[in-house]
Amino acid sequence: MPATKLSKAAAHDHASRVFDLDQMSLRELNQALHNLTPGSNETAWEVLHPKGSHSVAVGVDQPVTIDVRGSVGYYCGGMNSGSTITVHGSAGPGVGENMMSGAIIVKGDASQYAGATGKGGLLVIEGNASSRCGISMKGIDIVVHGNIGHMSAFMAQSGNLVVLGDAGDALGDSIYEARLFVRGKVDSLGADCIAKEMRPEHLELLQGLLDRAGVTGVKPSEFKRYGSARTLYNFNIDNADAY
Amino acid sequence: MCGIVGLFLKDKSLEPKLGAMLSEMLVSLSDRGPDSAGIAIYGAPSRNEAKITIQSAKPARDFRDLDTELAKAIGAPVRIAVKSTHAVVRTTPAKIDEAREAIQALRPDIRIMGAGDVVEIYKEVGLPEAVVDRFDVRKMTGTHGIGHTRMATESAVTTMGAHPFSTGADQCLVHNGSLSNHNNVRRELIREGMKFETENDTEVAAAYLSSQMAHGKNLGEALEGTLSDLDGFFTFVVGTKNGFGVVRDPIACKPAVMAETDQYVAFGSEYRALTKLPGIDNARVWEPEPATVYFWEH
Repeated sequence: MPATKLSKAAAHDHASRVFDLDQMSLRELNQALHNLTPGSNETAWEVLHPKGSHSVAVGVDQPVTIDVRGSVGYYCGGMNSGSTITVHGSAGPGVGENMMSGAIIVKGDASQYAGATGKGGLLVIEGNASSRCGISMKGIDIVVHGNIGHMSAFMAQSGNLVVLGDAGDALGDSIYEARLFVRGKVDSLGADCIAKEMRPEHLELLQGLLDRAGVTGVKPSEFKRYGSARTLYNFNIDNADAY
Repeated sequence: MCGIVGLFLKDKSLEPKLGAMLSEMLVSLSDRGPDSAGIAIYGAPSRNEAKITIQSAKPARDFRDLDTELAKAIGAPVRIAVKSTHAVVRTTPAKIDEAREAIQALRPDIRIMGAGDVVEIYKEVGLPEAVVDRFDVRKMTGTHGIGHTRMATESAVTTMGAHPFSTGADQCLVHNGSLSNHNNVRRELIREGMKFETENDTEVAAAYLSSQMAHGKNLGEALEGTLSDLDGFFTFVVGTKNGFGVVRDPIACKPAVMAETDQYVAFGSEYRALTKLPGIDNARVWEPEPATVYFWEH
């Protein structure tokens, strides 16, 4: 990689490494991130002019911080493992898809299927998330400051989805064991998703999630909990005629 | 996949740049569809002339002397401006239907891309860059326009299968998605007297809207009808003589982003398409809601 294209913000070891996507290709950025090894001093990264590019900072597997200055396209931070990515703009479809660990913070809105199939880590959307937020989530924690669209948490398996605003139609359709906490109204619940009692352990869990997401001035008691009625888990012989 | 764009100007000072802006938007989405591309530009109206955009696979043969032959056939002055495989035929507005029939009679291999007082439509097989270069779209002036780059699913990769589809005067439509009940809707529209050029699902959506507006509905009401009468996946962007509309199906899995400033309303399949628009950093940017009609009129 031509070293002249890289600029350092300041002349000390921990200065952030700046990638301007007007000057360099996305592939160069992602390759540089993938070249990081454990213990690297290059712990702070900054990405300029993303202009809706797809796959920004996908597959990072070291605990670095990455600040993306602008809006991104599809799959930003996909498969993230340990890094902390902040998008100072909005994110296209599939932000944090299949995240394993670490954190992704989107300062603006997120498009469809934010955090889809995520296995771990924390995804924070400070604006609204669109349809299918947390679809098939498998352990990720997602905190949305605004609203979420329809079919969110479809077939969600585990993890927590926290929504400070409203949820669209068919929330939690065919949900397994994920926990859904919604502060506002829910347009409708999907098949086998029901409102559940908020017990002390849930209030405590929710407070922890709000703290981790930097949410202040909102109490866990303001939320309702939703989850699986577990009626779709086993084949019901009484329904045999329906097939 | 497919990529679609639309741009509706509010600020007249941007009109000379419409072709350049819309071209830039479409080219940025090239990797959403490499098969064919097309653009419709709504230009300045003229009291004396209406336009028909025509296309031929053999332009040298088909466009030669067409102006004099057509003028003789319809008994009115005719001007023809050739651009590669396309040409814009201008004649007296009252003679436009007659001219359309005469063109088909004089040159059976010519295809009609669209007609109206202001619209010009250019579409061909190839990448957006090649298509906008071939027709010099970047230099075009206008009030609004829509564009499409196609990844074909429902019908053949041909000029006629490319979008925009135009099925009524100054009306056209681009589509990302696929319709599942288009054969049935086509049969119903044929019974009403609509004519179809292709087996394409999107042409049915365009004709559906033309039929609704011919029955007196406005653009917004016609778009509302797609939500109950068309089945399948769609994000539509539609142009009329003075209007611009957007609607997504209730599932809304086909992507869409919009931006609005004091100067314009813009649509892109992705935010990438909008990044070079003036003032985009301070624009209101949002994702159009499922099953919700958006439209603007001059």
